Amino acid sequence: MLTTITAIIVMALIGLILGCVIGVAAKVFFVETDPRIEVVTEMLPGANCGGCGKAGCADFAKAIVAGEVTPDQCPVNSPEAVEEICNLLGITASGGEKQIAVVFCGGDVNQTKVQSMYNGVSDCVSANLIAGGPKGCSYGCLGMASCARACPFNAIEILNGLAVVHPKLCVGCGKCVETCPRDLIKLVPVSARVHVYCSSPEKGPAKKKVCNVPCIGCRKCFKAAEENMEMKGFLATAKYDNPPTEEIIEAAQCPTGCLLIDEEHYRKCKADAQGVAK
Amino acid sequence: MSSHDSIEKTIKFKGGVHPKEGKELAEKSPITAAPLLDNYKVVVHQNIGAPPKLLVKKGDEVKKGQIIAEAGGFVSVPLHSPTSGTVAAIESIPGVMGTTVEAVSIDADGKDEWGELAEPIDWKNVDAAVIKKRICDCGIVGMGGAAFPSHVKLSPPPDKKIDCLILNGAECEPYLTADHRLMLEQPEKVLEGAAILAKAVGVTNVSIGVENNKEDAIEALQAKAADYGVKVIPLRVKYPQGAEKQLIYAITGRKVPAGKLPMDVGCVVQNVGTAAAVTDAILEGKPLIDRVTSVTGEPVSKPCNLLLKLGTPIEEAIKLAGGVKGDVGKVILGGPMMGFAQKSLHVTVQKNTSGILLLSPEDVVQYKSEPCIRCGRCVSSCAMNLLPGTLSTLIESEKFELAGKYNVMDCLECGSCAYVCPSHRPLIQHFRRAKAELRKKK
Repeated sequence: MLTTITAIIVMALIGLILGCVIGVAAKVFFVETDPRIEVVTEMLPGANCGGCGKAGCADFAKAIVAGEVTPDQCPVNSPEAVEEICNLLGITASGGEKQIAVVFCGGDVNQTKVQSMYNGVSDCVSANLIAGGPKGCSYGCLGMASCARACPFNAIEILNGLAVVHPKLCVGCGKCVETCPRDLIKLVPVSARVHVYCSSPEKGPAKKKVCNVPCIGCRKCFKAAEENMEMKGFLATAKYDNPPTEEIIEAAQCPTGCLLIDEEHYRKCKADAQGVAK
Repeated sequence: MSSHDSIEKTIKFKGGVHPKEGKELAEKSPITAAPLLDNYKVVVHQNIGAPPKLLVKKGDEVKKGQIIAEAGGFVSVPLHSPTSGTVAAIESIPGVMGTTVEAVSIDADGKDEWGELAEPIDWKNVDAAVIKKRICDCGIVGMGGAAFPSHVKLSPPPDKKIDCLILNGAECEPYLTADHRLMLEQPEKVLEGAAILAKAVGVTNVSIGVENNKEDAIEALQAKAADYGVKVIPLRVKYPQGAEKQLIYAITGRKVPAGKLPMDVGCVVQNVGTAAAVTDAILEGKPLIDRVTSVTGEPVSKPCNLLLKLGTPIEEAIKLAGGVKGDVGKVILGGPMMGFAQKSLHVTVQKNTSGILLLSPEDVVQYKSEPCIRCGRCVSSCAMNLLPGTLSTLIESEKFELAGKYNVMDCLECGSCAYVCPSHRPLIQHFRRAKAELRKKK
């Protein structure tokens, strides 16, 4: 009986003493945090993708409250959420359109000649270092999914050995852009819908030898909309500060079919990969 | 003293492998100069370092040996036309590494006329700087494989005291016999080159290391070596005996510390082919426009050693070797251990193309890489005391910094670990990736 009572008293005493220590420590070592940081963190997407350049969403929230960055520098957040954060903190976002990634290559295994057998690490960066991978075009997509693995949002699919960005899922964090060893992926304004899916600077006939769907530099799209397109050597590209509208597809009649609307491109690749007749 | 006794005196390096040699295919075939072709496509950037600056344009007339691109910096060398003719185009052609590269396409006029050559140099009575300048002007790079500009290697910073010049005649890569034939047929040229290089770096201790499977070459060199003050050292037959650090260790017993260069232990190493090119440059003023290349392998009809001009498509070189018999599994530039597999026959011969090797389909097996089973064979085969298995698993999970701490940068990519790996892991490819990532970060 006595043992039980002693034990209870001792435990109670220890509890009391430690409680006092914690109470004092909480006062002495109190760290003042800005409550707004927590609120802003809640309002961010929480994907921790690093697309803003910070270590994660909480770090970005801290930077927003400190005034180092503006909320719209998060590539993932919707414009509404950005406005909410701005209202909460009484700041203005600097503006600028949301961007998404585009893989500028249309050469899947059916379209681009496979020139050699590749028996190595299944990773684009490694393959590019060794022999440039198995495909005949040394500028095109290697299709070994380095970008797809890097994407925190699962927005890149490998369809028939070609990386394709899903335009609805991509938030424009830019992770894939850094990964691609051939610099095929670029961030473009979300309103630009028409792209030339080719990146090879070579001459038309040379490209045609290794690929069925290259830009052969025929200038048809350029003539159809001179203000919206530009020619870089033998390669046509959309001008992304003044992007072409969807009408250009009809007007240009691209002979190889590498001028496409993003969703159309995705649908076509998906259908090819699933073996569905177009 | 027989070569066997002296071999015991050379130090055995740790690790290494004994792959099938395959040298019997071409080692009896004397060096023959290739006949003149109609067109040569000379790759502009052949050296390690800054790319040379093009001096010619389409339609220009060029003479044999005329400069077509000038050095683009200190670590760079000029490039010379392999024959006389007209520049047909500046075009992009498939390169050795699988990408497209810029090349000067020269239509030969059939005369093969030399342009104005530089005056011969009386090298015994000139300043070392004059020799080095000529070596640079003649576009000489390391012809063993690295294509590092030779004049840079010969100009160590003044605080590094060099006391030893080593000529690399090990030719440890299986199948290749180009250096072997060169040493056997032109020992004076190689030895004189050694003496010139010794003068350029200011040393008297000159040795030339040759693997003991080339006894006739060792004899040929030994017969003349004393006249040039060069020691001929037979080496054990073990791959990678011809790797710079292993060669220095075998001959001098000095170990090059991690991350350091041969000059840090007082050594300069040059390939025997480079030495022969240096002799031509000094005594005749001839720039480097051709080289001895082995065209060999089981599928080749007549394996041989050809004196090929830079810019010769490998397709033509194979035709000169009698074409192929049977099926070809792989075409490799260089040796089977460190060479590069090719996907186009339009790749052209460069200053460092020591061999064009064709392997039969039986020798080329497509493996599926499997997980590391920690058997440790790679560790015992590594000549650099690294842990290839550990490194590869680190690199697979993209831990490049950690791989750096495990000294991946010291890997010489000899391929011994991948050769013995029972899981067929693409180890060297992993290491190249890690090295590229670490260099990017620097």
